[in-house]
Amino acid sequence: MAEPTGGRPLLQVEGVVKRFPIRRGVLRGAGAVHAVEGVDLAVGRGEVVSLVGESGSGKSTLGKCITGMIRPTAGRIHFDGVEVSGSSRGARGNFRRRVQPVFQDPRSSLDPRWAIERTIREPLDAFRIGNKAARAARVRELMDLVGLPAHLSQRKPSELSGGQQQRVAIAAALALEPDLLVADEPVSALDVSVQAQILNLLADLRQRLGLALLFIAHDLSVIEHISDRVAVMYLGRIVESGTVSEVFTDPRHPYTRALIDAIPRPDPTQRMSRTRLIGEIPSPVNPPSGCRFHPRCPVAIGVCSQDDPQQTTFSSQHRAACHVAAAQTASLSELPHERAWL
Amino acid sequence: MSDSLLEFRKVSVDYAGRGGTVSAVTDVSLTLIEGETFGLVGESGCGKTTLSMALMGLLPDIASVRGRILFNGSDLTTMTESQLRELRGDRISMVFQDPATSLDPTFGIGSQVADTIRAHGDVSRKQAKDRALGLLAEVGIPAAAERYADPPHRLSGGMRQRVVLAAAIANNPALLLADEPTTALDVTIQAQILDLLADLQRRHGTTILLIAHDLGVVAQICDRVGVMYAGQLVEVAPVAELFARPRHPYTRALFDALPSGSHQAGALRVIAGQVPDLAHAPTGCRFKDRCPSRLAECDETPPLAMSDSGASIACWLDPATRAAGGLGPLAIAGESNG
Ligand SMILES: Nc1ncnc2c1ncn2[C@@H]1O[C@H](COP(=O)(O)OP(=O)(O)OP(=O)(O)O)[C@@H](O)[C@H]1O
Ligand SMILES: Nc1ncnc2c1ncn2[C@@H]1O[C@H](COP(=O)(O)OP(=O)(O)O)[C@@H](O)[C@H]1O
Ligand code: SF4
Ligand SMILES: [Mg+2]
Ligand SMILES: [Mg+2]
Repeated sequence: MAEPTGGRPLLQVEGVVKRFPIRRGVLRGAGAVHAVEGVDLAVGRGEVVSLVGESGSGKSTLGKCITGMIRPTAGRIHFDGVEVSGSSRGARGNFRRRVQPVFQDPRSSLDPRWAIERTIREPLDAFRIGNKAARAARVRELMDLVGLPAHLSQRKPSELSGGQQQRVAIAAALALEPDLLVADEPVSALDVSVQAQILNLLADLRQRLGLALLFIAHDLSVIEHISDRVAVMYLGRIVESGTVSEVFTDPRHPYTRALIDAIPRPDPTQRMSRTRLIGEIPSPVNPPSGCRFHPRCPVAIGVCSQDDPQQTTFSSQHRAACHVAAAQTASLSELPHERAWL
Repeated sequence: MSDSLLEFRKVSVDYAGRGGTVSAVTDVSLTLIEGETFGLVGESGCGKTTLSMALMGLLPDIASVRGRILFNGSDLTTMTESQLRELRGDRISMVFQDPATSLDPTFGIGSQVADTIRAHGDVSRKQAKDRALGLLAEVGIPAAAERYADPPHRLSGGMRQRVVLAAAIANNPALLLADEPTTALDVTIQAQILDLLADLQRRHGTTILLIAHDLGVVAQICDRVGVMYAGQLVEVAPVAELFARPRHPYTRALFDALPSGSHQAGALRVIAGQVPDLAHAPTGCRFKDRCPSRLAECDETPPLAMSDSGASIACWLDPATRAAGGLGPLAIAGESNG
């Protein structure tokens, strides 16, 4: 994937592969789930990069590799120039503080027995940061930062709304002053109006703290507002990446176009006119040959079922892996006034 | 005048919870016309599911229902459990957000569709199976015969929702109640299921009550839309009218909070304040504490009243509401030569 502009990226993922051996069923021992198959991705300091794709495309698995919750099968992950994917405990310990995960369902990531004050304080206790008074002050500061009124501090998660619970999870993730948040569908379980509040909060934290964000989503509509760059993932691969405006206004990969078309527009005068993506994402145990998208692709050509398309570069940031997009770019240079797509 | 299939008349539902009585639905009056797709929208907790469960007679014991719910003229609220059971899955069927709640994990998907057919019709096992196979194909299950005996967990979420739909339409219901049927699905699969719903509606003329919180979903397949806020129905309008001219301040706030689709910087608009606690619901308009245009009369409940545009609004700013509530036109501040 394209580099963030300027300087060494905060996070650099190169050729990361994650395969899960199959332990049950008829395929036991014989095969593996190819959840992530050679991903390159970079996130700059203070940058917001979104990772989108249907469920099962490998987004969460990649996110877990990045936060160190699981080990990649192959590939390298550098954080601030230091390799963290395989290396020494020391480097990892420091890295763990600087990269924090936030999950989709705050109910399952928060301890139901603990008052939220304790949940937010927990990382400070674990890393023995400051004395008791300093920790209490820091908890108040964090609650304030995420917009939680102080009077809620003794409430249990069940006594809070979904939006408030997600604020608690974000406050706890911020306790150790990380440089990068890996947020896996942090608003998918929330109401539209509450989604907007949490998206605003994340944008605001990025402004105020210079925090970088890898924002995982299955829905393109929520990321457009908040992202600098977007990477689209399909069946373990990044199929297109670019700046948010490149990906939204000039998508090159048919899968990206299908994802954009599938957003139900809040406009009854524009109904069902767009093409539908047929079928479902195939099993990552036996991914299709050639381009992994070819069985569902509306514009596939002969070569698509045989050759794996390489990334074609469209601009300094914009890339896509598609035979047809690559061919159209070639013809486009001869016909400069034609639009790139259909 | 078109025929009404379902009519809610001043329906209220309270839950006698430990923390006090929750007024989940308050005085909702609404008529569904035969053959239409009606969308019910509103934020989480505003009473959409409660209203639909009241219609199905599936509320928990701690709930009490007031008002009348007329289906083809008969009052569902006074029917016995066995009368209701006869209607459910037959004249009225349902689809929920989580297909797991509708399917039995231990039985094959095909036999679950066939069972629905046999429960309400005098058909042989063989006939039911043939019809179930036809239905599975109709809702887009590939190789339906091979998958007939598969338990639900072998299927993806989207395929399970198709099976639930096959069972739901098996007996040609007059009314299909779909409570967030696509919320748990990917957008790509959601688009397929919405197409399928629209298609089933067109072919069978089924009346659909679609509950959703996503205005995009409603825009795509509904004919009319009702907006609920904190247990009250605040606006009902033909879909084109609602999206072109949302009138109730809450409806407008909902539209403003949509991620606009512009990748420009700047904060998304949000609705200030919180949904009121329905155990201590405020009197009058329940939106008043968050409303940017609150008036003195908002301490009284505004009646839902229909205007010339075909839209009904329950808001004291609206001329039709004011007329229905016996109030004069609103004096507009700064207006001269009124
Ligand atoms: N069994 C119950 N006991 C007590 N209160 C309940 C019960 N079920 C629902 N409520 C309350 O009734 C109100 C309406 O809930 P309901 O589930 O109908 O909302 P909804 O609009 O369907 O929300 P969602 O979009 O989250 O599905 C809420 O305040 C809710 O907390
Ligand atoms: N622990 C695991 N063991 C086996 N397969 C897994 C595991 N975690 C994820 N997978 C599989 O890897 C693929 C990618 O999953 P995931 O990363 O969760 O995708 P996404 O987050 O995009 O929905 C899926 O097919 C999923 O079933
Ligand atoms: S490479 Fe071929 S199959 Fe793959 S996305 Fe492009 S056109 Fe479609
Ligand atoms: Mg995931
Ligand atoms: Mg509900």
